[in-house]
Amino acid sequence: MKASDLAVLRDEPACEHNQQAKSGCARPTPGATAGGCAFDGAQIALLPIADVAHIVHGPIGCAGNSWDTRGARSSGSTIFKRGMTTDLSEQDVIMGRGEKRLFHGIKQAIDSYSPAAVFVYSTCVTALIGDDLEAVCKAAAARWGVPVIPIDSAGFYGSKNLGNRIAGEAMIKYVVGGHEPEPPPVDPARPDLQVHDINLIGEYNIAGELWNTLPLFDELGLRVLCSLSGDARFQEIQTMHRAEVNMVVCSRAMLNVARKLREQFGAPWFEGSFYGASEVSTSLRQFAALLADPALSARTEALIAREEAANTAALAPYRKRLHGKRALLYTGGVKSWSIVSALQELGVTVVATGTKKSTEEDKARIKELMGEEGHLIEDGNPRSLLDLVHRYQADILVAGGRNLYTALKARLPFLDINQEREHGYAGYRGMITLARELTRSLENPIWEAVRGPAPWSSLPAPVGGNSVTEPLNPPFSPGGGSKESETAHG
Amino acid sequence: MAEIIKRNKPLVVSPLKTSQPLGASLAVLGLNRALPLMHGAQGCTAFAKVLLVRHFREPIPLQTTALDSISSIMGAEDNLMAGLRTVCEKHRPAAVGLLTTGLTETQGTDIARGLKLFRDRYPEFRTVGILPINTPDFTGGLESGFAAAVETMIEEWVPAAAVAGTHPGRRPRQINVLCGSALTPGDLEALRETIERFGLHPLLIPDLSESLDGHLSAEDFSPLTTGGTPLSAFATLGDAAATLVIGDSLHAAAALLHERTGVPTHTLPHLFGLAANDRLVMTLAGIAGQPVPAPLARQRAQLLDTMLDTHFLLGQARVAIAAEADLLHGFSQLLAELGADVVAAVTPTSASNLARIPVPQIHIGDLEDLETLAGERNAELLIGNSHAVEVAQRLDLPLLRAGLPLYDQFGGYQRTWIGYRGARQALFDLANALLAQADHAVAPYPSFYSRKADSPQETRHGATPASAHSDWRH
Repeated sequence: MKASDLAVLRDEPACEHNQQAKSGCARPTPGATAGGCAFDGAQIALLPIADVAHIVHGPIGCAGNSWDTRGARSSGSTIFKRGMTTDLSEQDVIMGRGEKRLFHGIKQAIDSYSPAAVFVYSTCVTALIGDDLEAVCKAAAARWGVPVIPIDSAGFYGSKNLGNRIAGEAMIKYVVGGHEPEPPPVDPARPDLQVHDINLIGEYNIAGELWNTLPLFDELGLRVLCSLSGDARFQEIQTMHRAEVNMVVCSRAMLNVARKLREQFGAPWFEGSFYGASEVSTSLRQFAALLADPALSARTEALIAREEAANTAALAPYRKRLHGKRALLYTGGVKSWSIVSALQELGVTVVATGTKKSTEEDKARIKELMGEEGHLIEDGNPRSLLDLVHRYQADILVAGGRNLYTALKARLPFLDINQEREHGYAGYRGMITLARELTRSLENPIWEAVRGPAPWSSLPAPVGGNSVTEPLNPPFSPGGGSKESETAHG
Repeated sequence: MAEIIKRNKPLVVSPLKTSQPLGASLAVLGLNRALPLMHGAQGCTAFAKVLLVRHFREPIPLQTTALDSISSIMGAEDNLMAGLRTVCEKHRPAAVGLLTTGLTETQGTDIARGLKLFRDRYPEFRTVGILPINTPDFTGGLESGFAAAVETMIEEWVPAAAVAGTHPGRRPRQINVLCGSALTPGDLEALRETIERFGLHPLLIPDLSESLDGHLSAEDFSPLTTGGTPLSAFATLGDAAATLVIGDSLHAAAALLHERTGVPTHTLPHLFGLAANDRLVMTLAGIAGQPVPAPLARQRAQLLDTMLDTHFLLGQARVAIAAEADLLHGFSQLLAELGADVVAAVTPTSASNLARIPVPQIHIGDLEDLETLAGERNAELLIGNSHAVEVAQRLDLPLLRAGLPLYDQFGGYQRTWIGYRGARQALFDLANALLAQADHAVAPYPSFYSRKADSPQETRHGATPASAHSDWRH
């Protein structure tokens, strides 16, 4: 990718980071950096598209170390779950055989799995040796009659966020608009219902949580043309241009897709969240408002009233148990405020939240939600997170899987909130799951055991004995070996 | 013995292979107060970290020099310097593994030169042991990356006997143990225990049993490993009575250690099954000059009993294995001892010991190959890592999980395969998997004339579900 193209991608006018001196896409510090690369981001954004063969063009590290790790679910095709890579060898790199291997690899994928399309991701090595991804994809598509989409996503281009954006850009450039949607099926119970088409952008169907909200959309008469990219099919992406409204779900990084859909096809968009009952309701109202359909608004209000009442009743016992518990939240972007609101609805006090990837607008919302008491965390390295947990007397750390073992090693209850998690928290129903998982960790009887000393710790220390706090072997002392052996066998 | 069949398709599908930098990182994590630093884009580190975290269910110290577009194209020496300085300054590690990646190897980076520059510019960090390890992603895999790191440890930290004045046997009870990547922390614990039974002092290199054995320590957080081989130990290797090498993958490292120190070397390709452990025990008895301790004799007797008990199931059992070379070697030997047939063996990369593995054929390939071969050759049981779960589901076969990564079950990292005891449990598990799967009895035959009053009513005409599967029809 050309430097100028990258600059255009980094400059996302719909993202408030653009106006900030300290950008969310700042350069990483060597030796003190966490998080993935642009390839990681591109792959995360598109991998859930279920009927596509996703080919990683590069050496084994990129696909071999990362495939089969995400929690995105599919209701049908499982082609996306097969890790595919050209697994370049040294000879391929030196002799420039990568393009040829890729070309034939695309054929292999088509022959073996009959995918709806093939996506090819470039990586650092193939970008550096100058493989012409676009030309190979074009030639392969022409030869085998299956769409082959280049995703130019070398890791060194930048952060995971940038990779999300590269992925979105590729969808707009190569896929969206390629197919017209069928008319929506008529519900015999409601033959006159006016059905509206919508897209969900940045909804990955982690742990199947899309299926918590999809029944709500069905009831309202909203057809989700495409969820980019949870449980999506290639053809659904092709029809995204026909949506009347786009919702950007919890992922600011794909704002460019919403913005371009508006510029090119006129559909309005909004940012929203499905975490927390009030956020679900707000998002549903936004659809109704932007679609300006009074009948839809009426249906929406009826649904909200019913679901919120049911939700309140179902959550009542949990609220009692969670009341007064203090959580420290560390997660990125939109989730920094949407999860705050979800936790507060459960009666949990959020003592601090991470804002590393949040925009000024996110931060304003956080302040509004948490009041002056709430603390914002900029640097979320494990040491400082633990220090903050102690300082603010938090009972639980709510964060991404990366911090799971940080919490456990510090003997702290934990709730996983990011992509690798096993539970869906979205929608009204998701709130009950969230409450249950919070209590599962918080109320567990293990905490006393793991925090207490061993029963023998008050006894006088035995000579030469081991304890868990010390290495299992005594520290190695040069010159001590022969002496030890003498005592052992003397 | 084995015929090696090379990769013959352009695409790898459902990779079995992981990368060299990952393997080298794992080896470095077996050093005390250590931190691997990958010289590459931040994704190289992020992927490896996530994989290791999921496997060990532990926080994993791992850092990156975080190359961007400019440093990727214009040269990344500044990133290397800055990365090393940051980790040395922030964490005061005892050891840093500086690993190249596909990206920096393609650039043609010279880490030895980079490291020399760093040493010149930052003398204040001279006590930090830094290992420059070339681990391009486009050659080898986890096992070879791990081996390269062990070799570099010896290259950098073990002085030649003539220079350091070391003497083989000056520490008559010390045994150096070079531990290959196929050994789990659980294996290492068992190995240590076995060696200690002979009154010997094992020095494990690297020692994952002290860093990644999954224990709760008093500290709440550490950016470095909190256990493992201490750096000071390397200076003593030349005084040991013997060196044990577990894994053919460590051949080059073992040769170098022998060349430097002259300490007698005993190489064992693996420690799976009866014969390999007999060799281990006899080797240790020879080194220690004492009889075999009674508990080991007892364990051997228990293994023999288990071999008797399970041979009805394991004899002629059809097994398909996907594993790196050393692990494949171990399982193949274990199964061969019980008369099982390895009908499909898949390994991700070429290795020098493949031809010696006691199976008819080995495919250099991926889990798609495993699926095809296991299906075609009617395998009854699979052995592989967690990535093979879907293969097992599609083939409707039991899977014995081994290798790395193991993330869909708890405790894989702590599983003990080696020793008489490890072999015994492995045989139990293999036999149980087959027991649960196979019903060897003749399927019920619904007789037309001698009907049972309680037999299902719908089985009247033509082929019934039961008779369709019964043995007598075939």
